Formats: sequence, C-alpha cells, structure tokens
Amino acid sequence: MRRLASLYDELDRTTSTDAKVAALKAYFREAAEEDAAWGLYFMAGGKLKRLVQSKFLRAWAMAATGVEEWLFDESYSTVGDLAETVTLLVDAMTDRSETHADHPGLREWVEDRILPMRDDSPAAQEARVLRWWRELPRGELFVFIKLMTGSMRIGVSKTLVERAIAELTGLEKQEIAHRLMGDWEPTPAFYRSVMDPEASDVVETSRPYPFYLASPILPHDWDYDDDAREAELIGGQLGDVSDWLAEWKYDGIRAQLIRRNGRVFLWSRGDENMTERFPEVVRAAARLDRSFVLDGELLAWDFEAGLPMDFGSLQTRIGRKKLTDNALREAPAAFVAYDLLEDDGVDLREEPIEARRERMERVLEGADPALMVADQSSASSWSELAVSRRSSRERRVEGLMLKRRGSSYQAGRRRGDWWKWKIEPLTIDAVLVYAQPGHGRRANLLTDYTFAVWDGETAGEGELVTVAKAYSGLTDEEFVEIDKWARRHTIERFGPVRHLEPVHVFELAFEGVRLSTRHKSGVAFRFPRMKRWRTDKPAAEADTLASVRAMIGSDGESDSAH
Amino acid sequence: MPLLQVDDKGLACAAGGFWIDPWKPVPVAVITHAHADHARRGMGRYYAAAAGLPMLKRRMARDADIVAVPYGERFELGGVTLSFHPAGHCLGSAQVRVEGADDVVVAAGDYKRPVSPGTDPTCEPFEVVPCDTFITEATFALPIYRWDPPEDVATDIVDWWDANRAGPRERQKVSVIAAYSLGKAQRLLALLDRELARRGEARRRVFIHGALEHMIKGYRDQGVEMLPTFRVGESNRARGSVNPFRGHLVMAPPGAMAGPWIKRFGSAKDVDTAFASGWMRIRGVRRRAGYDRGFVISDHADWPSLVRTCVETGAKKVLCTHGNSETLARFLRRQGVDAEPLATAYGDEEDG
Repeated sequence: MRRLASLYDELDRTTSTDAKVAALKAYFREAAEEDAAWGLYFMAGGKLKRLVQSKFLRAWAMAATGVEEWLFDESYSTVGDLAETVTLLVDAMTDRSETHADHPGLREWVEDRILPMRDDSPAAQEARVLRWWRELPRGELFVFIKLMTGSMRIGVSKTLVERAIAELTGLEKQEIAHRLMGDWEPTPAFYRSVMDPEASDVVETSRPYPFYLASPILPHDWDYDDDAREAELIGGQLGDVSDWLAEWKYDGIRAQLIRRNGRVFLWSRGDENMTERFPEVVRAAARLDRSFVLDGELLAWDFEAGLPMDFGSLQTRIGRKKLTDNALREAPAAFVAYDLLEDDGVDLREEPIEARRERMERVLEGADPALMVADQSSASSWSELAVSRRSSRERRVEGLMLKRRGSSYQAGRRRGDWWKWKIEPLTIDAVLVYAQPGHGRRANLLTDYTFAVWDGETAGEGELVTVAKAYSGLTDEEFVEIDKWARRHTIERFGPVRHLEPVHVFELAFEGVRLSTRHKSGVAFRFPRMKRWRTDKPAAEADTLASVRAMIGSDGESDSAH
Repeated sequence: MPLLQVDDKGLACAAGGFWIDPWKPVPVAVITHAHADHARRGMGRYYAAAAGLPMLKRRMARDADIVAVPYGERFELGGVTLSFHPAGHCLGSAQVRVEGADDVVVAAGDYKRPVSPGTDPTCEPFEVVPCDTFITEATFALPIYRWDPPEDVATDIVDWWDANRAGPRERQKVSVIAAYSLGKAQRLLALLDRELARRGEARRRVFIHGALEHMIKGYRDQGVEMLPTFRVGESNRARGSVNPFRGHLVMAPPGAMAGPWIKRFGSAKDVDTAFASGWMRIRGVRRRAGYDRGFVISDHADWPSLVRTCVETGAKKVLCTHGNSETLARFLRRQGVDAEPLATAYGDEEDG
C-alpha cells in the first residue's frame, strides 16, 4: 500500500500526462505482481463493494477525533471529499504513533485485512479501523480510507493506464483496452496475462458468437385488424404450431452474456462491450461460478411489478458516459436469457434448441433476479397464440418470437427457423416545432419539445398542427445536439420558447391516444415520449392528423391491447 | 461600553482615541504588523512595535509619522495604557494589549504558535498575554488544519528541489515556489538555510522576484540568517538554448505565478511550481490553484493552537475575526467560553 500511496502522490503532483505515464510505468515495473494486480484493478475503476457504510466512517472519525457532527460537516464542506476529510481530521486531531513495523503490500491489505471486515460487526470494524488509523502514515492513511469508501479514484484516466501498459508491453493501446474490459479478478495470473506481450488468450476469453437474427413473419404493411387472418397467414407459412416454440419478445438490447475463465463480458449485437454499463447483470453472472455464453435481451426491469420498463429507461443506462447511482436505482437492469450457446467450454450451437433451452434453465437455476429466463407461451393452435399475443402490451413486450423446434443456433439473418411476430406499435412520426429549456440538470438546455403532424390527409401538405409534448427518451448527447441545432435554427422566440424550423422528425411512442376538445388538434396522447430520432425521415414524411385519428377506436380511445 | 469596538474605520478605542489596524483614515493608528490588510497608508500617526519598523516603513509613505515602541514597553494614549507583545506571525508582528479602567483587552492580530519542536527562526515567538477579552484571528479555524513541524516541510522542499535538479543540466527543471512577500518568503529562506546546513551541504543561491527584495533586505538588516538571494531581473535570460535557471530555486509572490513573468523560466515542462501556504493542506484547493506541489506551512495559528491560545489567555470573552470566525466562536461557546464573531475588514490579502 505504501507503493500505491507514493504513486498517488506522484500522480497528484503533476499535471503532465507524460509524467503521469512515467509514474504509472514505474509503478507497474516496481510493485509486486500480486499488489500491482490490485493497483491496476483500482486504477481501472474497480471498487470494493459493500464494505463500510460512509455513515459508520463518519461516526468513527468523529469518535476518534472528538469532533462534533456540525464541525465535521463544516470540515467536509470545505474539503469536499469524505475520505480526505477523515484523513485530515484523523491526522490533525489524534495522536498517531506511526510505529508501523510491518508494511504489508496492497494485496495483503485488501484481501487479508480490508475485505474480511465485511463479516465483522460494526463495533469490531471500528476497533480494527481505529487501530490502523493510529498506525498508518498520512499518505497511506488516505489510500486506506479511500479504499474503505469503496472507490480509489487515483487521478488518472483509464486511457492513461492503458497507454502506460501499452508502452511497457509494446502492444497496441486498443489491445490493452480490450484486455482490461469486463469483470476480471485482480489475480497475479490475470495481471501477468495483461502485461504479457505474447499472451493471446486474454481477448479470446471475451469474444461473443455471431448473433442469430430473426425475421418478421408479418408483411411490412400488415394492417393487424384480424387475428384469424394472422393465424391463417402464419400457419400457412410455418406449418403445425407444435413444431414451434413461442417466447415473449422483449424490447431491449440484444446481447451475449459471457462468463469464461472467471471473467464476465456483455456484448451487444452492435459489437459494443456493455460490460461496464450493467454491473448488476455482470455481478449476477459472476455469482454463477461456471462458464457459459448466454444469448438474450438487456432490459431495464421493474422488479416490483415483475415487468420490463420501457426502452427509454434502458437508454438512461447507455446514453451517459458515467453510470451514476441514480441511473442504477431508477433503471435497474436485467438480462433475460433465451439461449445457451456455450456451457463449460462446450459449443452448443449445433444442439437442438429445446436441449439448449433445458440446459440453460439448469444453468440459471438460483441465479440473481437480474439474470432470468425468457417466458414462453404455449398454445395448441396459431389462433390461440394470436389471442395470447394480445396480452403483449400488458406484459410490456413487443410480441412473440417463434423458434423452430430442433433448430440449431445459426449465424446472421437466416430466414426459416426464427421469426418475430410483433404487435402493432403505438407510435407516430412527428415533427419537432417548439423547444424550451428544461429544469434542474437540464437548466439552460433545450429539452422540452412540442411536436406536430400534418393537418390534412396527406403528409407534407397543408399545415403542421401541434399534437404532443415530450421531454424524455433521448440520450444526453442527443439533447445536446438538438440544443445546438435549435439555437441556430430558431424562427421566432416567445420568451423561453423557440419556434423551430420544421426539420427533425421523431418517433413518438405512447400508451394510447383519444379524442380531446382541449387540444387544437382534437387528439390527446397518453404518456408520449420520444422513441427515437428519425434522422432518416424528412418532415414531409411525418404522420398526418388523419393517421393519428385512425388509431382511435369508435369509443373515442385507442385500443391499447391491440 | 467595551474598551474596543468595531466601527466603520477599524477596531476603535473611543477612550484612547485610537484605532487598531484601521482600514479607513484615522488620526491615530496602532498597527499589529505590516501586511497590507492591517497596515494601510493615510493615517495621521502610527504606533508600531519597534522590531517591525523596517518592514512597516517600506509599506508606508516616506513621510509617514511612525512611533516605534519596543515589545513590552507601556505607553499611553488618551489615558489608556498600551503595550506590544510578540505575535510570532512575522518579524516585528505584535499583539496589542490595551488596559482600560476595568479590563484588559488583547488584540492579537495575526499570530502563530511554535509547532513542536520547531520555532520560527525569523521572528520572536508568540507570547501569551493574560487578558479579560481576547481578540483572535480565525483564518484556519477548522479541525482539519494542523501544521507539521516546519523543519519537516523544509526537508520536503529541499527534496523537491533536489529532484528537479537531478541529472544533466539540460534535463533539470526550474523549481518555482510561491510565497508571500512578507514573512513566508523570509521564513522559507531561513528554514532552507538551516536544512542545507543540517545536511552538511553548501549554501545555495535562490533567485527571487523583485517584489520580494525589499522585505528580504529588511530581515537581513535585522540579522536574520537566510540563503543568499539574487534578483531574477538582473540575470538576463541567456541567448540560445541555455536556460540559466535550470536546477535553481526561484521564489516569487503568488501573484506573479499566473502572469507572463513566469514564462521566462521556460515552457511548462521545464518548470515545476509549488506554493507554500496553509491552504495547501487541502488537495482540491491546490489543484484549483494549479500548482504542481503544495507545501503546507503557514504563519497563522492552526486549529489546535487557536483553541489552546484562547484558553491560555484566561480571557472571559473571545472575539473572533477573519476566516472561519463563526466556526471558532461556535466551537468555543460549546466549550463554555463566551465567544462571538467580530466583523472586520482583515484577511483581504496575503492570507495563509
């Protein structure tokens, strides 16, 4: 820990990236492997979870220093960092012997001293911690307290760490970045493999299989008005319903969850490493303690209701650079698995789907709630299945997936064995016409929008009439981009409201639409939100009031269970 | 009516017809020390501790009327008895003891207490003056502030300097350290002198910013032993690639660090900057200020010294001025001391 503390000092003492990289390289060269592995873990943003609650840390600091709570709070507000406040108070207000005969390394500190504290009672924790506080020199005291708060942000970006290791190993930075992705254990073996210019299996461990993609079973322009006709059409194409498995189709991010050699990876179909964006899923996979590759859907999940949350909630998890506690709380994630591609190192893709599914259910038995198996729907006829598909909206799913029994897991989009049978979505494409600034975090950013559709029968003709307001569903980056654009394309201003050039089209999703006399357009949407920015669509192709009205049934409301 | 009261001009003694460290023109000013927020021009007559006279003269107009009184010597103003006592803040800094008919008030001005085991080689140590009312500063009145022995800080500074002057000349860096021009700069020069002697090393010359020169000379004239100094302006930057400052220590007031002046020492990679101040105790403060290094050394009292001093004076009433005056007063009240903040205009400049 002494070596890490001195690295911390060195990094803290310079603003030059070259100097920081030099300090990092010296650390990796000099520190013992088992210690450097932990050092690397913390530098890469690794945390020690569920260690000590900060309220206890505060209480112990007050007890050790005799500083009352109001004075502690004043100190904290001056320093701005809890670990540093505690360090300074303990350093200033206690008699510290600093008679530390032994200097255990970082591994010993973390594995033999700090982590075992998790199982202690608060009183036992306090006794231990206060003794260490008395004995540790100031620099190490700070590192120790930082570790106890869970995070040891050391003042370097991961990129800089990757650069230092790339320079040490002579490898490409991308290769090192790849090696440091995902959830790895800070073992000497792993550390050696990261630092080994010759190692080849470091990345292999994380590689997903090519995804097997389904095709829509219904024609693009299907009008969805008759279940019997649908059943007939599908039966005609797919044959006997008993040859097929039907499972609910979740509207999330398609991903493979990989656990190999004790490390967990989460890859999206877009070949994006999502591992760090979904820690709860990664944790759940890590607890299973076996090797596997799962195919499934990443979702924001409402654990109370036992239902998925909308796609917009999921976007709050992927749209931001840093994963905040708030995002984790408000959009907890789950991985809904529907296929097992590898188990215990064995490639199962040629096995029949029922066998894969059965094996998957065994693998996931007793898994954390964040890791679940996709629900199936069974029916004795296609028309029965068409009826049960009506419950999709209550289940907050997009419809059904149809998978041929006995089929293997293929690569890419191959028509024949996997089909998607989607429900009609309640969405419209509308034109952004007004924008005004939001509140709080969005103050001074144009994030509150008003949308319009064409007032006639034909898109692109007549006037645009406003139909809905929406504030959510876009990523922060998209909001920033629109903000910038809107400021340069304002036709007119009414106080904070900007009338914009009618250029951008957004797909708005909503729970229902009904007739309304309170709105100029004569329609009102329930919970409208932005589903996606249709950068592919010009304003002239947005929806019309006529097409919106067509969604409304004879009772004046849309059929939300359509 | 209290013997001393804050009015719009300063800390006023109505009975004696004088003001302590006034911030607006008054006929009679009693000055604790020569820092700009305590000693201002434009007063009718100044009373100050004799040991601080050379420094005060450098701050005042040439024709200022200054009466210098040795520490401990009593004098009267309007029937009120006054005396100066060492405050330990900088050379010649004084506490003002004011004795009225009924009570004794001590206005300590800025002060510091010796940090065990080190004392300040540049000025007389603080003297505890028993009183009924004690007026204390509160610049660093939070329990996060405690100073290390200054000898240890001097060791750190020489280590830093040595690290920057290691290796061949062309790879050495210029060590530029910011220090306040009165007090801190001289204290560092004296501490570094002792540190080098302790290491058995020869004295080294320190380059200084012109603004430090007068005060350093004032200290030398009073016999304070410091490292030799050489004004930066006199050593013209050599032509070509040779940077004459490489490996050397340069000392400058904080104000010079942000301006064009520092550019003469080379680009950012040639220069390592540091600030010697109590504020450097907090990492965020140092990072915001943009220094590479922070050396925590102050001429103000740290938290334990503030609390100890307020108790040791035996004062029944403590008034707290500049900095965290509310915090110190609240803390003292909770310890059973009658204490309250006192609003003044001190602490605007050269704090820390």
